[in-house]
Amino acid sequence: MNWNSSKTSSHPAAGRRQVLLAAAATGALAMGGLRPRPARAAGSLKVGTYGGYFKDSFDEHIYPDFTRETGIQVESIAEPTGEAWLVQLQTAAQAGQAPADVSMMAQVARLKGQNANLWAKLDEAKLPNTKNLHEHFVHRYPDGAISGVGAVSWYVTLCTNTEEFPEPPTSWKALWDEENAGLIGLMALAANSFLLEITAKTWFGGTDLLGDEAGVQQALDKLKELVPNVQLWWRDEGQFQQALESGEIPMGEYYHDVTGLAASQGKPVRSTFPEEGGVLDSGSWCVVNTSKAIDEAHVFIDYMSRPDIQAKLARKVGTSPTVRRELTDLTPEEFAAVGSDIPPIIPRYDLYVERDEWVSQKWSELIAG
Amino acid sequence: MTDRWPRGLPARLPVLWPAAMLLLFFVVPFGIMLAVSFFHQVEGGFYEPGFELANYARFLDPFFGRALLFSLWISVLAAVIVIAVAFPFTYCLTRLRRRAQIPFLVFVLAVLSLSEVIIGFAWSTLLSRTAGLSNLVAWAGLIPRAQAWTPSFGALLMGLCYLGFPYTVLILFPPLSRLDPEIPEASRTLGASPLRTFFLVIVPVLRAPLLGALIMVFVFNLGAYLLPQVLGRPQHWTLSVHISDQAVFQSNLPFAAAMAIFLMLFSLAFIGLTMVLGGRKEAAR
Repeated sequence: MNWNSSKTSSHPAAGRRQVLLAAAATGALAMGGLRPRPARAAGSLKVGTYGGYFKDSFDEHIYPDFTRETGIQVESIAEPTGEAWLVQLQTAAQAGQAPADVSMMAQVARLKGQNANLWAKLDEAKLPNTKNLHEHFVHRYPDGAISGVGAVSWYVTLCTNTEEFPEPPTSWKALWDEENAGLIGLMALAANSFLLEITAKTWFGGTDLLGDEAGVQQALDKLKELVPNVQLWWRDEGQFQQALESGEIPMGEYYHDVTGLAASQGKPVRSTFPEEGGVLDSGSWCVVNTSKAIDEAHVFIDYMSRPDIQAKLARKVGTSPTVRRELTDLTPEEFAAVGSDIPPIIPRYDLYVERDEWVSQKWSELIAG
Repeated sequence: MTDRWPRGLPARLPVLWPAAMLLLFFVVPFGIMLAVSFFHQVEGGFYEPGFELANYARFLDPFFGRALLFSLWISVLAAVIVIAVAFPFTYCLTRLRRRAQIPFLVFVLAVLSLSEVIIGFAWSTLLSRTAGLSNLVAWAGLIPRAQAWTPSFGALLMGLCYLGFPYTVLILFPPLSRLDPEIPEASRTLGASPLRTFFLVIVPVLRAPLLGALIMVFVFNLGAYLLPQVLGRPQHWTLSVHISDQAVFQSNLPFAAAMAIFLMLFSLAFIGLTMVLGGRKEAAR
């Protein structure tokens, strides 16, 4: 049963961003017109994104234009949540199948797939636009071959109900404040809540602390202090969003984009970048090595790495660009809507790959009290 | 009796069909799960074929032992409560006129059409601080202000009982309807009170279906992995929740499979024990 909606579940189309639609279309056209067009590779491509809001947004704003420009038909696939899709891809690959050619993968799942050589090695010469990306969004095998390319990024911030909290919190330290006992909702798993990173940055100066088990233990001990404050440990976005909007659980970590969308629809919620920074998480395009559409996959990933497409995603879907900001035509207001100038907390994905079992066990013991 | 047993292949074909289905859809998947539970999980990767007991050894950790004990405890508790409520309810229902029974049965069947997700979220709203029943209680002046009753042990227990109730009524309805009315009548004629008749005559006569219903609700509760997430706190997450976490979020299928086998062995042992105890009492009579 796939009731756990993933990042991000079904939400109505971005109403706030509709006003920017005309400007966006003009900008995209202008920029697209200046670039050399990729070679037309007629064919079809199966692209997987998280079911719900992401898939709907891509279906509406991205794929039709991509097909018009390249002639490649896109078959849009809804991915299940968590690492379930990784398991399905792996199982299918062993049978020589490819349920999707290109998939948007969360970072821990991407690294696990990379460790198992599940991803096809991509040809850098066919991906000229990847040089627009921040270097940390071009993922490589140990031998230097590209294993994946950053697709979209998003922030996890401190979100509050504006009626219960007239003043926005300024620091992640609010989670430890005894005054907020019983009012907090946090994500239930170590690898998607990033609370270890938040703790390390807020109390121990940075995520370097998490380099060894002793440091992780220090962060866990600090987290133990906030456990009594937590009312809800959630896996399902819908559950927390509803509680946040109604004021049942008026504070917690949540997605900046979805909270901004809800606020624009008049819901009493706000997203705050704490002074320690929001958590910058991301999804990356990976091509399963059994794919028969490897050329089309290159064309697609290159197309998605264009600054104008990344700007379009920021305006229409509310994600933060993976390309460098100065390459996009996003105005300061538009950028503020999807990001912040405060340096972000970058998750220690290596922790959840290299010490997977140990961390998840310690985490379960921690939150169970 | 032996001449009733079908002879020759054609006569046995109808039996082969369910047997083949059972093999295909139960024995084979179970065999795969059993095999996977012994496979080796590569840290930061996938599992690979092998034979090791490491996945079972993780149970030696008290954390999973506690989760298992909690799962068994709340499953038994919810099953006992459901039977205690549903049995008298169904008994009274069967004593009604046929016409009066229908709306109740329709209601019980309607509840069956609700999914676990809807039931979980409905109860979490009903027990919430902002929109829940505690507002009514506060309005009546019984508590100073509305409180959040979920997530909590009580909320989870309530959800499990709600989920199990209609199944229990449907299991108990046929035997209770067939119960010869002369049996309680005889008891009453001999001077027993209605309560005495209920506990000393009706309950013992229907011991087998009661035991069956108890086992069914218990197994049903043991498999619930959604209600504990929605209505419970982390200490109330049953082993089924941990199994789904390992399979879905950690992609550690060998450990998830080992936990599932473990949970199944425990529930089988529990069912066996219940049946042995039930059977022994039967023999003693």
